[in-house]
Amino acid sequence: MTIAEKQEEIIEEFEFLEDWLDKYEQIIDKGLANPGVDEAYKIDKYLIEGCQSKVWVHAEYKDGLVYYQGESNTDITGGIVAMLVYILSGHTPQEILDTELYFIDKIGLKEHLSPTRSNGMLAMVNQMKMYALAFKSQEQA
Amino acid sequence: MSFDINKIRADFPILEKEIYGKPLVYLDNAATTQKPLCVVNKIRENYLNNNANIHRGVHFLSQVATEAHEAARETVRKFINAQHAREIIFTRGTTEAINLVASSFGRSQCKEGDEIIVSHMEHHSNIVPWQLLQAEKGIVLKVIPFDENGELQLDKLDELITEKTKLISIAHVSNTLGTVNPVADIIKKAHSHNIPVMVDGAQSVPHMPVDVQALDADFYVFSGHKIYGPTGIGVLYGKEAWLDRIPPYQGGGEMIQKVTFEKTTFNELPFKFEAGTPDYIGSTALAEALNYVSAIGMDNIAAHEQELVRYTLEKLGEVENIRFIGNAKHRSGLVSFLVGNIHPYDLGSIIDKLGIAVRTGHHCAEPVMAAFGIEGTVRASFGIYNTKEEIDTLVAGVQRAAKMFKRRNG
Repeated sequence: MTIAEKQEEIIEEFEFLEDWLDKYEQIIDKGLANPGVDEAYKIDKYLIEGCQSKVWVHAEYKDGLVYYQGESNTDITGGIVAMLVYILSGHTPQEILDTELYFIDKIGLKEHLSPTRSNGMLAMVNQMKMYALAFKSQEQA
Repeated sequence: MSFDINKIRADFPILEKEIYGKPLVYLDNAATTQKPLCVVNKIRENYLNNNANIHRGVHFLSQVATEAHEAARETVRKFINAQHAREIIFTRGTTEAINLVASSFGRSQCKEGDEIIVSHMEHHSNIVPWQLLQAEKGIVLKVIPFDENGELQLDKLDELITEKTKLISIAHVSNTLGTVNPVADIIKKAHSHNIPVMVDGAQSVPHMPVDVQALDADFYVFSGHKIYGPTGIGVLYGKEAWLDRIPPYQGGGEMIQKVTFEKTTFNELPFKFEAGTPDYIGSTALAEALNYVSAIGMDNIAAHEQELVRYTLEKLGEVENIRFIGNAKHRSGLVSFLVGNIHPYDLGSIIDKLGIAVRTGHHCAEPVMAAFGIEGTVRASFGIYNTKEEIDTLVAGVQRAAKMFKRRNG
C-alpha cells in the first residue's frame, strides 16, 4: 500500500465512529497493539520530551526503505504514534519527505498536533522526516 | 447579599456555552476565572465613554479616567485592607509583581551570599525570578520542604533562617496541592528575625478574605484574572516603608518627577512603580470584579468553595484507584488527583470531550511533581459559580475515562 492509501484506510476506519469517545477508544487500541520501540532505544537519545507527554522514536534504513519504531508514555499520544509508524514505515525517504500527513486533521485529532499541546507529537512528525532526510543524504553521499 | 448560585451563574454568560454538544463544566479556575457581565460591560463602557490617558491631562476625559483609576486603587486597598492606597501598585499580574520585588528589592537589598527563602511548593513564578537574581547577584536560594500530605515542614524554617536571610517569599495557597500555608505564623517568625515576607496570593485572594495588615505581610501580590477580573492587571501591595526604600523597576513616563539628561528624580508612591501608561481600563474592571465578589461576600464564597472541595474529595474518593496529590488539613479551592496509572494527559483529553475543562500536567510547579515522583496531575479548581452537579459530571467523566484506560489502571 502507498502512504496515501494507508492514510485513506485510517480515515475510513474513523469515519464510522461518530462519538468522540469511540474515536479515542480506537486510538487507544492502536497504541496498545503497537509493539513500541526496542528497550535499547528507549533512552534519552531517542526521546522527544513534550511538556505533557513523552515520545520515543527510532528509525532503521533497510534496502532503500525506512522502518520506524515509536512509543509514548500516554495512551492517546501513543495511539497517534502507532498510526504514524504504520503509515510511514516501509517507504522510501523521498516518499516520506513528500508526504503531507492529512489523516490527523481528517480524523479530528488536529489539536493533538498543536504546538501548544506540548505533547511532543509535532516534534515527532518532524523527527520522522529528519530521519528520512538523513537516510536520503546518506544514500547520495 | 446571600449566596444565590443560580443568580451568580446567570451573571456569567459563558457558562451557558456547550462544548462538543455538552454543557460546559468549567473547573480550571486556578488558571483563570470566567468574567461576570458587569466586568465585561465595564471594559466596554470604559472604552466607549471614559477613555483618555490618565494623570497629567488637564482635559475633562483625562480627569474622569484618572479618577476612575485612582478610585480602583482605593477599591483594591479596601479589599485587602491595606493602610494606604499608595501602597497598592498595579502590575500586569502576580508574575510581574514578584519580578518587580525580586528586581527592586534584590538589586537594592541583596549582595553575594545573601539568602532568600521560598518553599518547595511554589509556582515557577516564585522560583525563577529568584534564580535570575541568583545569576546576577550570587544570592542563595533556600527551600522550605513539605511532607507527604503537602504541608510545609515549618520546624525546618528555624534551620533555614540565618543572619544572611533577606526575604521569605511564599505562596499563601499552593496552586497544585491546594494547601493553605500558615503565612501569619511564618510572617511572625520572620519578623522576630527582622526578615520581611512576600506572600504570593494568586490562589488565595479569589477564595478567602485577605487582610494584609492582620497578616502583617510586607509584600502581598495577586492577579486580577483569577478573581473574575480582566487579564493583564494585577496587584503588588507593599508596606509604604518598603516601597519607599526600594528603587523603581522600570523607567518611563509617569514614574518620574523631573527628568534632565544629568539627573532624574522619581515620582512618589505609587507612581514610582507604574512606568508607562497604566492599564486604567483593566484597573477599573478589576475594581468592578472586586466589588462583585465583595457584594456576594468573601466569607460566603469561601464557605461555598470549601463545600465543593469537601464534596469532590468525597465523590472522587469513591473512584477505584484514585490518588489525591495533597492532603493538607487546611486547604482551599482545588483538588489534584491521579487515577491508577492513567496519564493525566489521557484523562484530561477524554473528559475534555465530555465538556469538562480541567488542567493536566505539572501546573508550573515541577519541583512539587518531583517531590511526589510524578509527572503531573489532573487538577479540578473551583470558582463561585461551580455546583455539586458539575462535580457529579466530573466524577462520571473520570469514571468513564477510567474504564477506557482500564488496561493501564491497575
